[in-house]
Amino acid sequence: MVSLFRVLGASVLFLPALVIAQINMPRGVTPVSHEIYDLHMMVFWIVVAILAVVYGVVIYTLVNHRKSKDAVAATFSENTTVEIIWTIIPLLIITAILVPSIRVLIHMDDFDAAELTVKVTGHQWKWQYEYLEHGVGFFSNLSTPVAQMVGVDKKNEWYLLEVDKPLVLPTNRKVRFVLTSNDVIHSWWVPELGIKRDAVPGYVYEGWARIEEPGTYRGQCAELCGVGHGFMPVVVEAVDPQAFDVWIRKLASTVPSVASDQGWTLPTAMERGAVLYDQHCAVCHKIDGSGMPPTFPALTNSSIATSTDVNRHVDLVLHGVPHTAMQAYAPQFDNEELAAIITYERNAWGHNTGDLVLPSQIQAQRR
Amino acid sequence: MADESNLHTSTTSVGARMISFIVHWTMTTNHKDIGTLYMCAALFNMFVGGLLALAIRAELFIPGLQIVNPNFYNTLTTMHGLIMLFGVLMPVAAGFANWQIPMMIGAPDMALPRINNMAFWLMPFATVMLVSAMFMDGGGPNFGWTMYAPLSTTYGPPSTDFMIFAIHMLGISSIMGAINIITTIWTMRAPGMTWLKLPMFVWTWLVTAFILLAIMPVLAGAVTMMLFDRNFGTSFFDAAGGGDPLLFQNLLWFFGHPEVYVLALPAFGVISEIIPTFSRKPLFGYRSMVVATVLIGFLSGVVWAHHMFTSGMPYGAQLYFMLASMLIAVPTGMKVFNWVATMFRGSLSFETPMLFAIAFVIMFTFAGCTGVMLAVAPADFQYHDSYFVVAHFHYVLVNSLLFAFFGAVYYWYPKWFGRMYNEGLGQWHFWLSFISANVLFFPQHFLGLAGMPRRIPDYAISFTDLNMISSVGAFVFGFTQLLFAYNLVVSVRRGQKASAQVWEGAKGLEWTLSSPPPYHSFQTPPKIG
Repeated sequence: MVSLFRVLGASVLFLPALVIAQINMPRGVTPVSHEIYDLHMMVFWIVVAILAVVYGVVIYTLVNHRKSKDAVAATFSENTTVEIIWTIIPLLIITAILVPSIRVLIHMDDFDAAELTVKVTGHQWKWQYEYLEHGVGFFSNLSTPVAQMVGVDKKNEWYLLEVDKPLVLPTNRKVRFVLTSNDVIHSWWVPELGIKRDAVPGYVYEGWARIEEPGTYRGQCAELCGVGHGFMPVVVEAVDPQAFDVWIRKLASTVPSVASDQGWTLPTAMERGAVLYDQHCAVCHKIDGSGMPPTFPALTNSSIATSTDVNRHVDLVLHGVPHTAMQAYAPQFDNEELAAIITYERNAWGHNTGDLVLPSQIQAQRR
Repeated sequence: MADESNLHTSTTSVGARMISFIVHWTMTTNHKDIGTLYMCAALFNMFVGGLLALAIRAELFIPGLQIVNPNFYNTLTTMHGLIMLFGVLMPVAAGFANWQIPMMIGAPDMALPRINNMAFWLMPFATVMLVSAMFMDGGGPNFGWTMYAPLSTTYGPPSTDFMIFAIHMLGISSIMGAINIITTIWTMRAPGMTWLKLPMFVWTWLVTAFILLAIMPVLAGAVTMMLFDRNFGTSFFDAAGGGDPLLFQNLLWFFGHPEVYVLALPAFGVISEIIPTFSRKPLFGYRSMVVATVLIGFLSGVVWAHHMFTSGMPYGAQLYFMLASMLIAVPTGMKVFNWVATMFRGSLSFETPMLFAIAFVIMFTFAGCTGVMLAVAPADFQYHDSYFVVAHFHYVLVNSLLFAFFGAVYYWYPKWFGRMYNEGLGQWHFWLSFISANVLFFPQHFLGLAGMPRRIPDYAISFTDLNMISSVGAFVFGFTQLLFAYNLVVSVRRGQKASAQVWEGAKGLEWTLSSPPPYHSFQTPPKIG
C-alpha cells in the first residue's frame, strides 16, 4: 500500500512534462488558439479532479473491502440522497464547462471586420491558396523528397511538414479563410493557429485567425482523402504586415512564363518530366506507370500515351476526366511543366514515341 | 456444447460423424449452440482484425514507409475498423445475448429459433465477403470504416460494392437478432419475473435491440445510396450533381453514434452481473441503473453530429450537440458510481472475471472523461481527426468494452462448458493485457494533442517516441490474446469440473442450472420468488 502512494506521488511529477515537451496541445499564437487551450486545460483539471475522487474510492475499496481481509459485505443497495447528489454534481460541472465554451464558440463564429481573405482549396494531395483581393494564388506541395521516406536519405527536421510554397500571412491582421475542395473532403489544420476546417467539395466554409506572433506554423490535412492524406502538410509563414505587403505585391507582379519553345529539347523535357511525374503522378499511376486499375489506369502501353493523337493526351492531363480521380492539372502547372510531364509519359517505359510536346502546344489547348 | 453423446457411437464412420457434425452446427436452432457459434466466430475475427492492427502499428513503429504502401495502409485501417466493429464486438455481444437471455429469464429458448440460426449464419459469410474485398482487383476499401463520400463513392475501388453487400448482410443479421431478442424478453419471461426483477444484462440488451432496430436501416439506406452513386448515376452525395457530401456524414453518424452504445450497453450489462457476484453484495441502485440505461438509449440517438463539429455546421448546431453530448455523461457517470458503490463495503475477491470488471470501471471512467473533453466543441476543433480521438475510442472499445467481454467469458465459461478455465493463465492474460493495452493507447492521447492526425501511414519525426512505445504495447497485447484462446480451447477438455453455483456470490436463474446446463433448459418455467 505504501508503494501505491509512491507511484501515485511520482506520477504527479509527470504532469509538468505535459507542458514542457510538446505532448500537450500548443497554446498557439491566435486569440482563438489561446481560448481553446484555456478551455482544454480547464476541462483537463476538472477531469483530473474527478478521476482522483473516483479512483480514490476504488483504490480504498480494493484495499480494504476484501474477502481476504475478512471484510463482511454490507447489504445496502440503495441510497436516494447519494444518488441525487451524484447526479446534480455532474450537471453542475457540465454547466461550468458549458458557459466558457459557448463564449468561445461565439467568438470563433465572428467573421466581422476581416482584413484579408484567403481561399483555401483542398486537392488530392496538396493545398491551393488564393489571395482573393489580390487575384494571385499558388499550389503548395509537400517538398520532402521520396528518398527520405523510403530510408535512402536521412530525414530532415521538418520531414513531412515542409512545402515548396508556404502560405504567407500578415501578423496582427484578422485573416478570413474560405475553404472548399476540388475533389474529396480534406481538412485544413494548423494547431498553433487554433484552426481546423473541413474542405468539402460543393461547400464554402469559413474560418478566421489573427496571428499575434511572426513565425512558421505547421499543420497537416486532417481528413482521410486518399493515398496522399499524410503527405499534404500546411505551412504558414506569418510576417509583419509591411513585409507581407511587399511580398504580395511581388507575387502579384510575377508574370507567369508564357509559351516559349526556345531551348526545349527532348532530353530537357524528359529530365524535368521524370522528376515531375515522380512527384505528382506516380502516387496514383506508379513510378513504373502500372497504376492500380481500374481506379488508376495503367499508363504503360495505353492508347492515350502511345497513339498518334497527342492532343487527346494533352487534353486529358489539362482537363481531367469528370467523375473520376483524374484531376484537371491545367491550373496547377505551367506550360513547360505540363509539356515535360506529357513528353515523359509518351517516351518512358519503352513507349519511345519520339514525341516532344511543346509548351506552346499546352498553351494552345488551355481553355 | 451441451449433452450430445448420442452422436459419438463407435459404429458410425468418421465421414458420417463429420457430416452429422456439420449438419448439427449449420442447422442448430438451440440458443446455447448459436451463442457458442457467435463466440467462436468473434474470437476468430478478433485475430484477423488484430493482425491488421499489428501491421498498422508495425508501419507506425518509426517514421518512413517500411512495410506497406500508403494505399494498402488505408485499406488496413479501414478493414481493421470494419472487422472489429462488425465482426467481433457485435457478434460477441450477440453471443452473450443468445447464451444468457433465455436462461436468465427462465425461458426454454429464444422466441424465434430458426431466425436465430439464419441471423447467425449470415454473419460469417458476410465477414468472409468483407475480408475478401481486400484481395480484389483495385485493392480493398481504403476510405476508413466511416466511408465518407465522395472518397468512397467517386474514388472508391470496385471492391467497395462487395463491402456494401457485406454490410447489408450484417445489418440484416443484426435486425433479425434484435427482433428475436425483443420478442423473447417481452413475451417469454417466467411468471413472476416482472420488469423490475429483470437482470441488468437483459435490460441492457432490451434497450440495445431497440436501438439496433432504429439505426441499422439508416446504415442500410446510406450504403445503398453509396451503391447507387457508384453504379447507377445518382448524385446523393455528389455536389456536382446537386447532391451533398455532408448528407452521407449525417446518415453515417446517425447510425454510428448509437452503434457505439449498441456495443457499450451489453458490456455495461455484464459488468452489472459480475461486480455484485464478486463483491458479494447486490447491485447498487438497480432502479436508477434501469432508468440510466433507457436514458442512454434515447440520448444516444440525438448526439450524432459531435463527430462533425469541423464539417461546417452553424454555431447553433454546435451548441446543441455539445450540450446533448455532455448530458449523456450524466447517466453514464451514474452507472460508474453505482458500480463503485456496489464494490464499496462489499467482500471482494479477485478472480479473473472481477479483475477485468474492475479494470473496466477504471478505464471506462477515463474514457468517459476524454469523451467529455471531446464534447467541448471549441476544443474539439483541435482534437478532431487526431490521435486524441483514436486514443479515446480505443480506450472505450478495447480497454473498456473488450475487457468487459473478456471478463464475461471467464465468468460464464464454467457455466456453459461445465469446466473451469485455468485461473493462473487467466490472471496472466489479465495483467499482460491490462498493462500492454495502456502502453498501447495512453501515449496516443499525447500524440493527438501534439498535432498528429489520424489515418496517416507516416509521420513527422517529433512523434517518433510515443509511436514507438505504442507499437510495443500493441505487439505485447496482440500476442497475449493467444493465452486467452489457448485457455478457452484447452479448458473445455482438461478444466476442473464446475459446480452449478460456480461462484460463491453469483445470483440469478442461470446459476440454478447445472454446469453445463441441459441442452434444453427451463422446459417448465421456474417459480420466481
